[in-house]
Amino acid sequence: MGISRKKFIDYVLGGSLIGWLGSTLYPILSYLKPPKIAEANVNSVKAGLMTDFAVNSSAILKFGRMPVILIRKEDGEFRAFEATCTHLDCIVQYKADQKQIFCACHNGLYDLHGQNVSGPPPKPLIEFDVNIVRDEIVVSKPKQV
Amino acid sequence: MMKSKIFNWVDERFNISPLIDFMKHKEVPVHKHSIWYYMGGVTLFLFIVQVFTGILLLLYYQPGVDSAYESVRFIMTKVNFGWLIRQVHGWAANLMVFFIFLHMFSVFFTKAFRKPRELTWITGMLLMFVAMGAGFSGYLLPWNELAFFATKVGTDITGAVPVIGDMMKVLLRGGDDVTGATLSRFYAFHVALIPAIMTLLIGLHLMFVQRQGMHEPDHFKNDPKRKVISFFPNFVLRDALLWLIVLNILLYLAVFFPWELGLKADPFLPAPEGIKPEWYFMFMFQTLKYIPAHVWFIEGEVLGVLGFGLIALLWVLVPFWEIRKKPGARFRPMNIIGTIGVIYIVVLTILGYME
Ligand code: FES
Repeated sequence: MGISRKKFIDYVLGGSLIGWLGSTLYPILSYLKPPKIAEANVNSVKAGLMTDFAVNSSAILKFGRMPVILIRKEDGEFRAFEATCTHLDCIVQYKADQKQIFCACHNGLYDLHGQNVSGPPPKPLIEFDVNIVRDEIVVSKPKQV
Repeated sequence: MMKSKIFNWVDERFNISPLIDFMKHKEVPVHKHSIWYYMGGVTLFLFIVQVFTGILLLLYYQPGVDSAYESVRFIMTKVNFGWLIRQVHGWAANLMVFFIFLHMFSVFFTKAFRKPRELTWITGMLLMFVAMGAGFSGYLLPWNELAFFATKVGTDITGAVPVIGDMMKVLLRGGDDVTGATLSRFYAFHVALIPAIMTLLIGLHLMFVQRQGMHEPDHFKNDPKRKVISFFPNFVLRDALLWLIVLNILLYLAVFFPWELGLKADPFLPAPEGIKPEWYFMFMFQTLKYIPAHVWFIEGEVLGVLGFGLIALLWVLVPFWEIRKKPGARFRPMNIIGTIGVIYIVVLTILGYME
């Protein structure tokens, strides 16, 4: 007999207490963790006709639940980026006068390649592909993402 | 006759005489720092105002992406005195945090956290954190632009906490992003979870204070001319008068400096300029701005969050590591630490608003 009867009972009770706590807390914590909602897998979005877009202007597209900013540069070329700032998640805007992408939350600036040029953003914006299919603008997710 | 009959009936069953006796003998010291004895009471009063106005707002408020903003606007424009109730709720929240700060620093500087009041201090600190959580969660509920982006930024910062940060962010947001799910969560926190926790902590905090009596400063304890007033009715009456004054200030602020509702949140619109957290988060927020993106090998945000976490922990544990001044020395280390803290908070808050 290695352990006394009292010790043994203590272990059993202590063990079941831990077991009980675990089996109570586990479902609660799991409940708090939101289930992954199957993201409607949007791979491309039609943004409209080319003629709808003035040069040097921008629009924000709904890419599923993700905002994407579409910019028509002065030379007529289109570019699109994920519109969520890489700093703290705010949504960026196009500054037509400076020809830059701007985040108003903490004055982050990106150039028209999505590179972060000044302010707090640590990373460039993810660029999306823009294709023109018979005058219609189609924005699609970059292949590698 | 009637009165004593009722009293006897109750007393026989619940034995309340000792309680009444306790009240009768409770005293409050009178000295040049007595004013600080009132700060906790004012905080309590503001909490009561919050519960009261909060319940009233619940009658019309409807959480949800399509209804939250509209229902708040409805409260402000259609409901009789709805604007008043909402403004009082908003202002009392701010004043409550303000008085918590005053209360905390006065306790710190008068050394009222010393033995036997360690746990009173700790429950007080927890109350402060929870109250800030109440402010943060309540800020989102009108679902306007500023609140939406402030919540995005605020919850994103929790993501900087190492290891558990991402999980915490998802847990707070109810998903990867700030959406209707976040609103539901914050609503539950704000109207159920947080008030319940606060009520419990306030109960404990007050019970501790009652058991321990008022803290008296050292120089006062040994003073032969030590003066006191009775808690009941003298102190209570002064308290009541002060509560009345605070209520008037509250109404004045609510009427003349209303909080704007602004525009409805739209996740597909760029963030507006001038996103600011509530003032009591400003000094931390401003600090984060000054830390460079990368310090040595850690990210600036992570460093800031860890730094504040550490400072908060040290502050909570103040009663256990207090540096006492050497007998006869003029140098008071704790007062210097506290003063630096106050100056830091004030200066960074001002800087934050000047930008
Ligand atoms: S969130 Fe864009 S600069 Fe901070």
